[in-house]
Amino acid sequence: MPLLQIDQLAKSYRAPDGTRHEVLDVPHFALEAGRHVALRGTSGSGKTTLLHCIAGILAPDRGRVVIDGIDMAALPEARRDRTRAALLGYVFQTFNLLQGFTVLENVLLGMAFGPGADTARATALLETLGLGGKLRHFPRQLSTGQQQRVALARALAHRPRLVLADEPTASLDPAAARAAIDLLHAACRAEGAALLMVSHSPELLAGFDETLDLTALNRAAAPAVSAAP
Amino acid sequence: MTLGRIIYRSLRQHALSTCVAAASIALACGLAITVWVVKDQAQTSFSNVSAGFDAVLGARGSRLQLVLNAVFHLEASPGNISQADYEQITAHPAVLHAVPIAVGDNYHGFRLVGVPYDKLAAVELTPGLTLTLANGRPFADGHEAVVGSFAAQRLGLAVGSTFHPYHGLYFDEAAQHAETYAVVGVLQPTNTPLDRVILIPLAGVQQMSGHAAATATDVSAVLIKLRSPMAGRSLDLLYNKQGNRLTFAWPVASVVGELFGKIAWFQDVLALVAYGVALVAIGSVLVSVYSSMTARRRDIAILRALGARRATVFLAVLGESVATGLAGALGGLALHLGMMSAAAVIIRRETGVQLDVVAWAPVMALVPAALLLLCALAGLVPAWKAYRLPVADALAPVS
Repeated sequence: MPLLQIDQLAKSYRAPDGTRHEVLDVPHFALEAGRHVALRGTSGSGKTTLLHCIAGILAPDRGRVVIDGIDMAALPEARRDRTRAALLGYVFQTFNLLQGFTVLENVLLGMAFGPGADTARATALLETLGLGGKLRHFPRQLSTGQQQRVALARALAHRPRLVLADEPTASLDPAAARAAIDLLHAACRAEGAALLMVSHSPELLAGFDETLDLTALNRAAAPAVSAAP
Repeated sequence: MTLGRIIYRSLRQHALSTCVAAASIALACGLAITVWVVKDQAQTSFSNVSAGFDAVLGARGSRLQLVLNAVFHLEASPGNISQADYEQITAHPAVLHAVPIAVGDNYHGFRLVGVPYDKLAAVELTPGLTLTLANGRPFADGHEAVVGSFAAQRLGLAVGSTFHPYHGLYFDEAAQHAETYAVVGVLQPTNTPLDRVILIPLAGVQQMSGHAAATATDVSAVLIKLRSPMAGRSLDLLYNKQGNRLTFAWPVASVVGELFGKIAWFQDVLALVAYGVALVAIGSVLVSVYSSMTARRRDIAILRALGARRATVFLAVLGESVATGLAGALGGLALHLGMMSAAAVIIRRETGVQLDVVAWAPVMALVPAALLLLCALAGLVPAWKAYRLPVADALAPVS
């Protein structure tokens, strides 16, 4: 049984004019445990909405999102929150670190709602990522690359089965982005976590076990616009 | 990472607005407690101070003025009574002690009270307390004085000091009497108005240079201790109902109650001010927590995305409000101690009555508890907004 299985997943929004606008219509998708899969998609292809539906942040209109045997879409919100806190790690496009909390506290927050805060584990993880000297720093005192590593540590802190990454290198220059993706792969493999990353940058997709085109996967996705040569 | 840590970090992130809100709660809390405690303690203390005497006999006039003048040494004397009137009440079978006093002079604003020392020393001023000398000896007849503890401290008088009295109850530099008085004793503190007077022989005031010779045997009032408190009824009937020359102010405690009745409106105004400040303070907590929550909309969404439940963020925001209220309440208690200390100094200086600054009163728990409850209620609005936050919308990248 795959770690993640999506069937007949659909999500729509109400537009300002009152009409419904379908952004997600995914007939089927599966991800095996420990696999690293990239979904390539342009703006408007439903990348973030798909990840939010997988994470249980959004409730789909219909369909199933089964993670480790648990159908997230069928759970009440409180249980979705608990399941997310236990099984999933999330790396956001803008890192979404909490500015009022130290580096260590940000990582502890990644565990707090799941297995519980473990300072030794959080510290070890940050040291592994080269942030051992920045535990008491606040995010604003770090470089963008360092913030990215804190976000990665937070996503992995509670030993998730699956890490979702939403354009995690959008704020980085190409070299730093490549290094961050390599680090993401290494860290997820070290923790034994599966990785599902969405990105619109083809140059970052090397190193994944599989790369899929989201516009092909999502029947509601807007047609891709070719970039000028 | 506990809920308390999340609340603490959030409050620190908005330290300025948190401090302003907590300070306004502290002000409201401190004011409300102090207004209540000062009112309560002042009334009790003023009533207790007069416990040594059950009644005051004086010239026809206001009972309140008579008590304030003779017991608290505050008001002008309503007039004198004759030696014969004094002797008459001294001989009355219902009277245990009758202490005549004569007033009309001061030394730098502190009253000189002419009184037979032995008669005053025989009376229990408050239960278990009689006049006791800290230094020196009682005055003999002549130009000798015993100074109350507070007056001695303020005037710098000690045994061996000398001074010239001034005419009138209020200090006028031009009205100096020729007589020179020598301080022969200083009283121990009594926490009564006697702490701020200078005692001299009765004849000293009666025969001070410049005082009318025709009234040289009159007294200003007679302080009376009855054999039985109920005996005051017959004297009340005798002097107030049947007679029309003198006023028998009895019982003293109820006359003091009249004073507080007269200034009740002022206490009501102060209480209204305190309630007004409390309302503004609660509003400021609401605004502070609400704007903090709005500014941290994204942070709350991140917490939710990390697995925090709606109830958790609800409690975190509500906790901010309660923590702000708690800080304000603790600050309010500290402020109350400060204001109470200041009030005690002023009341002691003006009346000689001592307030107990650290005395416990139920209002010291009730007011903070009420403010905490109001803060919690004010926190419900932003907490509910956090509870209903659409996580995905709030997580949308900001360009």
